[in-house]
Amino acid sequence: MEYGLDLEYSFNEFLKGFGLSSEIAHIIWLPLPMLLVLVAAVVGVLVTVWLERKISAAAQQRIGPEYAGALGVLQPIADGLKLLVKEDIIPAKADGILFTAGPILVLVPVILSWLIVPFGQNLLISNVGIGIFLWIALSSIQPIGLLMSGYASNNKYSLLGGLRAAAQSISYEIPLALSVLAIVLMTNSLSTVDIVNQQSGAGILSWNIWRQPVGFIVFWICALAECERLPFDLPEAEEELVAGYQTEYAGMKFALFYLGSYINLILSALLVSILYLGGWGFPVPVELIAKFLNLPINAPFIQVFTASIGIVMTVLKAYLLVFIAILLRWTTPRVRIDQLLDLGWKFLLPISLANLLITAGLKLAFPQFFGG
Amino acid sequence: MSIAITTQIICFSVLSLVIIIGALGVVLLESIVYSAFILGGVFTSVAGLYLLLNASFVAAAQVLVYVGAVNVLIIFAIMLVNKKEDLKPISDIKSRRIISTSICLTLLSLLIRVDLTNVWPLSSPQNSIREESTIRIGEHLFSDYLLPFEVASILLLMAMIGAIVLARRDVMSKDISTGLPVDQELIEKSSEPLLTNKN
Repeated sequence: MEYGLDLEYSFNEFLKGFGLSSEIAHIIWLPLPMLLVLVAAVVGVLVTVWLERKISAAAQQRIGPEYAGALGVLQPIADGLKLLVKEDIIPAKADGILFTAGPILVLVPVILSWLIVPFGQNLLISNVGIGIFLWIALSSIQPIGLLMSGYASNNKYSLLGGLRAAAQSISYEIPLALSVLAIVLMTNSLSTVDIVNQQSGAGILSWNIWRQPVGFIVFWICALAECERLPFDLPEAEEELVAGYQTEYAGMKFALFYLGSYINLILSALLVSILYLGGWGFPVPVELIAKFLNLPINAPFIQVFTASIGIVMTVLKAYLLVFIAILLRWTTPRVRIDQLLDLGWKFLLPISLANLLITAGLKLAFPQFFGG
Repeated sequence: MSIAITTQIICFSVLSLVIIIGALGVVLLESIVYSAFILGGVFTSVAGLYLLLNASFVAAAQVLVYVGAVNVLIIFAIMLVNKKEDLKPISDIKSRRIISTSICLTLLSLLIRVDLTNVWPLSSPQNSIREESTIRIGEHLFSDYLLPFEVASILLLMAMIGAIVLARRDVMSKDISTGLPVDQELIEKSSEPLLTNKN
């Protein structure tokens, strides 16, 4: 690893300075990135909730939260505290064990998926070889949690919501995986770091969005459907199903669903920015800027600068997509369940299959542009 | 003993315990819903075992296929036909249980014997292919295992067509199992909204 900051190495060296063995130093290091990412995810949720409230207010010509902190920035924290101190109710005829396990099963896979989100060359928890495939596999666990909570609530609206959620996420997982496959085909690797590095050649011009416009749109639609955001929020359609699988939940268990859906939204936005918008890459390659300023690329100052630019760019791109998702939620009507399944199976699936086929053909025809 | 090996042993014993107890739970529990959910836990633990063996791609595929598809469909099917009915007591349940238990125990002892007598070729951790295994699996699937791979996909296609034929009986003029003409009227009625029938 001659390029990029290696925080783990310097941290271990620092601890070894106190006379600790390298194994102990490694064990002390291990929880730190996980904790950091968990905190980042929760703070991200708070920011997204505030954005959602403010943007929805703007879309409806209201003011939105105003009194809790400046511009209401403390409103999400107030929401969280309210949920924290609310009574934890389990309905008398519900199935206690499944009712409790459901929200956990919804939240855990989403948080685990943050394992593979890179904010820089070495700024991720683990550069696992199966990378993006891990996310696809983990996101397929979620419907079990939704079905579980829908069933355990012993309420027909909950059960219907759970069944809809499962049907929706099964049908949208296939075009999602196919459009990821087209990217993987161009990268020759499943690792998220490799996917970003493959797009870093010529700044904004080499981002995958120009080479995979169809894949980008298909992926974004499917990601919104997987997050159950408004054009596709049938599982909790409040006019028909009260609140779907969340109907019977209150207090912290409801908060787990809430957290899960927002963390999932941020995760999807981050993954879209990694797969299609060049991840941590600056629109102009940093190497070019360094050359222009006559600075060596390995200088410590440039290294810190690149790492901070990387984090800022990743978060910026992700929040731009979150903004679009929020705007979509407050300006589009909900689709019907048959329209949803028609869109998934009769439109997105053939389109993404054709996209995969064309990508494979283009890769054979122009190996220098589509990854040899 | 190094920390890595201790962690590995702890993980292995926890996973094995979960798999064995979970598998017994799937078979022995009365509630079919609980069985289905525990089955998901068993599948996930098996994926954990694959991870311990450095086969991360197989582990992810296990989660995707068995937990994400097979188990979800099983739960889906259970919930769609979830009728509260009292099952009829079976008269000779005791002798049936004894017979099935003895068959299972025989199979188990056979497997244990195979496990103990066979010499397993173990590669050292240094020789394992780790992340490269994804590439190797792909190479094998498209060379020497191509025919089984394609036959499996044809099998899946046949199952899918069969399911469509069974589900869309309105396109058939005769019932598949009995050969009698299908009562089209009945199918028409069932597709109408339930509330209008009550007026």
